[in-house]
Amino acid sequence: MANSHDSGHTQEGPTGLWSWITTTDHKRIGIMYGATAFFFLLVGGLEALLIRTQLAKANNTFVDADTFNQLFTMHGTTMVFLALMPMSAAFFNFIIPLQIGARDVAFPRLNAFSYWVFLLGGIFINASFLIGAAPDAGWFGYANLTSTQFSPGLNVDFWGMGLQILGIASLAAAFNFIATIINMRAPGMKLMRMPVFTWMSFVTQILVVTAFPVITVALVFLMFDRMFGTTFYSPAAGGDLLLWQHLFWLFGHPEVYILILPTMGMVSEVLPTFSRKPLFGYAVVVYSGALIGGIGWAVWSHHMFASGMGAIADTYFAVATMLIAIPTGVKIFNWMATMWGGQIRFTTSMLFAIAFIMMFTIGGISGVMHASAPSDLQQTDTYFIVAHFHYVLFGGAMMGIFSAMYYWWPKVFGKLMSEGLGKVHFWITFVGLNLTFFPMHFIGMLGMPRRVYTYGPELGLESMNYAATLGSFLIGIGTLVMVFNILKTWKGPKQDVGKNPWGAATLEWAISSPPPVYNFSVIPEVRSRLPLWTEDGMSEVPDVPPEPVHVPGGSYWPLVTSFGLVGIFVGAIAKSVPIAAIAAVVLVVGIFKWGYEPFEM
Amino acid sequence: MKPFLTLAAALLFVGVTGCEGPFPQSTFEPTTSFAEDLDSLFMMIFWIGMGVFVLVEFGVIYIMIRFRAREGAEDPKPVHGNTMMEIAWTIAPAIIIVFITIPTVQVIWKDANNNPPDALQVQAIGHQWWWEFRYPELGIVTANDLHLPQGRPVSIQLNSADVIHSFWLPRLAGKRDMVLGRNNRLVFTPDSTGEFQGQCAEFCGTSHANMRFKAFVHEAADFDEWAEHFTAAPAPQEELTELEQAGLAAFREIRSPASNSCIACHAVQGVSAGILGPNLNHVGDRSMIAGGLIENTDENLASWLRDPVAIKPGSLMPNIGLSEDEITALVAYLRSLR
Amino acid sequence: MSTAATAHYTSTGLDTRKIAFWAFIGSECLLFGSLIATYLSYEGKSVVGPYPGEILDIPLTSISTFVLLMSSLAMVLALDGVTKGDNKQARIWLATTVLFGAIFLGFQAYEFQHFVHNGLTLSTNLFGSTFFVLTGCHGLHVLGGVIWLSSLLIQSYRNKLGPDKAMTVEIAGLYWHFVDVVWIVIFTVVYLIQRG
Repeated sequence: MANSHDSGHTQEGPTGLWSWITTTDHKRIGIMYGATAFFFLLVGGLEALLIRTQLAKANNTFVDADTFNQLFTMHGTTMVFLALMPMSAAFFNFIIPLQIGARDVAFPRLNAFSYWVFLLGGIFINASFLIGAAPDAGWFGYANLTSTQFSPGLNVDFWGMGLQILGIASLAAAFNFIATIINMRAPGMKLMRMPVFTWMSFVTQILVVTAFPVITVALVFLMFDRMFGTTFYSPAAGGDLLLWQHLFWLFGHPEVYILILPTMGMVSEVLPTFSRKPLFGYAVVVYSGALIGGIGWAVWSHHMFASGMGAIADTYFAVATMLIAIPTGVKIFNWMATMWGGQIRFTTSMLFAIAFIMMFTIGGISGVMHASAPSDLQQTDTYFIVAHFHYVLFGGAMMGIFSAMYYWWPKVFGKLMSEGLGKVHFWITFVGLNLTFFPMHFIGMLGMPRRVYTYGPELGLESMNYAATLGSFLIGIGTLVMVFNILKTWKGPKQDVGKNPWGAATLEWAISSPPPVYNFSVIPEVRSRLPLWTEDGMSEVPDVPPEPVHVPGGSYWPLVTSFGLVGIFVGAIAKSVPIAAIAAVVLVVGIFKWGYEPFEM
Repeated sequence: MKPFLTLAAALLFVGVTGCEGPFPQSTFEPTTSFAEDLDSLFMMIFWIGMGVFVLVEFGVIYIMIRFRAREGAEDPKPVHGNTMMEIAWTIAPAIIIVFITIPTVQVIWKDANNNPPDALQVQAIGHQWWWEFRYPELGIVTANDLHLPQGRPVSIQLNSADVIHSFWLPRLAGKRDMVLGRNNRLVFTPDSTGEFQGQCAEFCGTSHANMRFKAFVHEAADFDEWAEHFTAAPAPQEELTELEQAGLAAFREIRSPASNSCIACHAVQGVSAGILGPNLNHVGDRSMIAGGLIENTDENLASWLRDPVAIKPGSLMPNIGLSEDEITALVAYLRSLR
Repeated sequence: MSTAATAHYTSTGLDTRKIAFWAFIGSECLLFGSLIATYLSYEGKSVVGPYPGEILDIPLTSISTFVLLMSSLAMVLALDGVTKGDNKQARIWLATTVLFGAIFLGFQAYEFQHFVHNGLTLSTNLFGSTFFVLTGCHGLHVLGGVIWLSSLLIQSYRNKLGPDKAMTVEIAGLYWHFVDVVWIVIFTVVYLIQRG
């Protein structure tokens, strides 16, 4: 039941809880993604603090082995799938249509469906905590530890099915954004005029489309082995345990580029704005992003250098991995050149963007160290790797997201976040993250493996672990400051930030903050890559639409369909055929009703 | 400025506290040419990385200071790019990569397919959560203590009895995974005598953190002596004290369920042939017990027998509710197996 | 099925739904690619039988393959009917496509049942696991297509499948042809080029 209507001259959309539950507006979906992802970020952060507390001292007994193994598994799974990816998705949703001059994404109901499936998937996988059976075989779940023989409980089932659910959400969103970016750009918005954030997001969606099916297959094999006794990961039947590793990492490596590329795009928007200079080498930055995505597909077995693949494979993957350093370095230099000769304003957003460059470089350097296969034989599976990926994912991706948050907050909510609190958030987080993760380089190379719930004092690594724990609590404090900033801004007085409080160049800053429900009163014609910084860069977008703009209404079929889909998995894990069957019926009915519902853009 | 000082202080603290040794599992103190190759590669890349670090980080800081916004300054020139620079900073990293790749590939191939005919053959089999070591040519089966001769190559075939483990002895070799159904191999020649520490480096379940081992490198003659002593039969029953004999009886006792009997899982030459748990030949003078976890003292041994699961979560050795007398006797008996 | 952006300006001149569907097809290529790659890497490695050579019935499966191929032809004719506004042609050929798809599924059901009867199940050996999951996944896709096309057939009978709905039918056809092409690859790799 769509209740589309003509907006007339109203700028605001419908209000009330029901309007949010049935929304198909990309801006609202973006906000929902952001809020939900933020919640899961806090959950993952709490898991991290518990982990660090346990590891602060040797032979500590703060949590027991089983609890710890669940904590580190869920910390990784939560941060990757429930925090980082959806936070980027929040920005894809809100910002991409605005940056390309569109009124919404190509398939608004599919967009809503992606969100609801993500939310239900996150609830599904965390529900495992309620029965004390949270996933506990690592976020990478190596076979055959994940077989029923060695993991008899429901932990691995929650993990496998939860990831399948989340994968469907990501895939649906990817099809949507690919279609949107290819086909719904405003007139004159040529591909090489698109903002770098949209470009990097586009490459990311292509990675999602190609990588997620592989983990889908890997997980189907795992769940079938567990539920139906198939032999995919059974050495006794002649199966090869490395099959899991290959399939997982064929997904897993593109996944880390899925995590970093959008944030590289975000930083590519922020740096020019606060340097008051265009991005240096736009085309090169775009191509290198595409190249990183492409090569990123070809390096998966650098996660397997200790598995005994043989010299030929080791050589190939070492060389291919090192090649990625080249386009990555090129981006870093282009960002530095963007700031060179500029008039740099150190807003909170800019500080986070600059920190991205500095922290990501550290992570990149340790990455090149891992790329050398023999050298990696000492580094792999130690805290050295933990240091590497936290530098690129926290020091890189997360800092990029914080930067984007402060940058686009006024556009989304019509209010500026407090710069004072923002800077406190920044400095505490910056010091905290370095105090936490820098020692881990040493902890690893001095002999501490990863995924260990405790360690002996004879390793000599207690004080470094203690320092890392202190750092993690600093990060926690910094996060609280950010929460306080968000709440204070939200509860605070209305502001009039205008269309373009930062003086930025791209299309989203040509409309009001927050944007009207229909985004653009008139779809502009774009004549430049930097429409707001170029004389006659775009046609005028009047404040009030000259004729009423049709706004599609909401629909509850995406929500119903998502319940049906997730319900099937609930039935499977509860081993209840009736639940699964009813859910399947709901799913099919939902799809058909959705399909035949009248819904006009 | 204040934040910079805080950061500097924090890093200094870490640097100072981090400098305590010793670090028995350090990768920076190799004692084989294999481990040395890995260390040299790392150090080379490290220094190149330092160069990049200085260039980028100090470059960014310099840029922040020099190009900070000034009151009343005019808008900067909109520079869109520079092809020469793009080429330059594409080629420069590419050259550095080549510098790193060549020695990398050399070391890969140097260690590949290495299985010298005069090497001491060892089989290392990973279990949840202990290490089985077999010396097929010497007829030795032991657990958790790896004895090696100095100066002679050792060729370790790696397998697993259950899930994937990883053999990591940092000062002698990089790691290699132990995968059920695959034969992986690690070859190296210990240059120095001494005691070295190793640990499992692939998450293998509840007590992954507790799966540790020690390697003892002896001078060649001492190693031969150890091997000879090891294959000698344990003292005949008549030579055992009364307490030790009581221990042997407790060891042999068939309990209910039968799987609770020691002999169901453990082997002692001439007494039992269990294969599910570590071989207990000469367990009396091993360095550690419980999978390289705790020192082999009488007190620790008693604690272990009293409740293995409490010491090693998830342990497959159950708590069979031994009486204190049984424990005392068993400790005496096991201690007699030297 | 009316959805977004049907009559609007587009950046490429192509229908947005078609673009999204091609992205979906891309993901399906990776899905089936992973399944086929796994089948190939495990080919000849089963420790116990039944082995492919003793149980696969190429003549029989050739018939069902032919039927599926012909269904693609029927689909082309169905789309042609819808585009021209010829309801009768549309209905006949849509029904034929559905029928041929159902026949293919029938053959597959028979084959599966026959294999199980002869000792090859999901859990028997590597061949059983890889074969059933790969062809079963494909069969599910055929079933999905049959349901989709049946619903289009019903729409046609309600006189709601005119030329304005041609894009919907074209996309359904795209799906159907894709599923057919995947089957050609599977048939070749599993049945015709047996290496184990």
